[in-house]
Amino acid sequence: MIDIPFFLFVVFAVVAIGGGIGMVSSRNPVASLLFLVVTFFSLAGIYVLLNAQFIAAVQVIVYAGAIMVLFLFVIMLLNLGSDYHADIRRFGWIVAGFVAAGIIGGILSSGLTQPGLLAGGGGGALVDASVRDVGVVGAVAFPLFRDFAVPFEVTSLLLLVAAIGAVLLAKRRV
Amino acid sequence: MLEAYAPILILAVVSAVAAAGMVIGSHFLGPIRPTPAKRGVYESGITPLGNARERFSVKFYMVAILFIVFDLETVFLIPWAVTFRALGVSGFVEMLIFIGVLLVGFVYVWKKGALQWE
Repeated sequence: MIDIPFFLFVVFAVVAIGGGIGMVSSRNPVASLLFLVVTFFSLAGIYVLLNAQFIAAVQVIVYAGAIMVLFLFVIMLLNLGSDYHADIRRFGWIVAGFVAAGIIGGILSSGLTQPGLLAGGGGGALVDASVRDVGVVGAVAFPLFRDFAVPFEVTSLLLLVAAIGAVLLAKRRV
Repeated sequence: MLEAYAPILILAVVSAVAAAGMVIGSHFLGPIRPTPAKRGVYESGITPLGNARERFSVKFYMVAILFIVFDLETVFLIPWAVTFRALGVSGFVEMLIFIGVLLVGFVYVWKKGALQWE
């Protein structure tokens, strides 16, 4: 009987690393971007395994969705990605290869190691206790709004700067 | 806890297999008899004019970045809304300040006409 969470962790980790390698080694920016999306989705899977489901959802909504759309627009603006068909065909095979490698590696490593060998330090237990007490979203919300209220307010200034900066840069007549 | 996410994982795997299966299956099973008209770019039935890969207007970029700014605001609003009762008045005031600062940005963007397509 293999350790399912550990097996899934190895699969997601290998796919995330594969996406990262593909991202830096692709010559075409559009193919790089697709590899980065694969990495972000794998990271979301790892967040679920870490019992951080809210962070996983945010990872998919904000990073894999919004930020990647922004990157794609920048590529389209610069008109860099005009000849990407070969890269995208290669992309499919590379991702499939890393998924296969992850599955094989996961089966092998969870067969070879004892369960609990790679258990983390005290941090995991703390997170689990907090999730049990206040729920998945509460574990994020209570520290954010109680202990880190000032950094949270400063974040609004950061978003304000982003909005104003975009208008200043992109608008012809401000 | 993690068992509750098994259906999502199964759904993801099944949809990936189905999508790959459709592409691969149609490649091997379907008859491929290309003609110049079939291989051409489809543009609502009109003969395509020039290349589709042209530079995009910066207006798209502005819409995208403004979308991200207000999307991130939602990410902060969800945990606040879930824990609203437990946080009490202080949480409400905190979120009022946060929304107030972003409202300044929204008014600025609106007044500058960045939401107009021109």
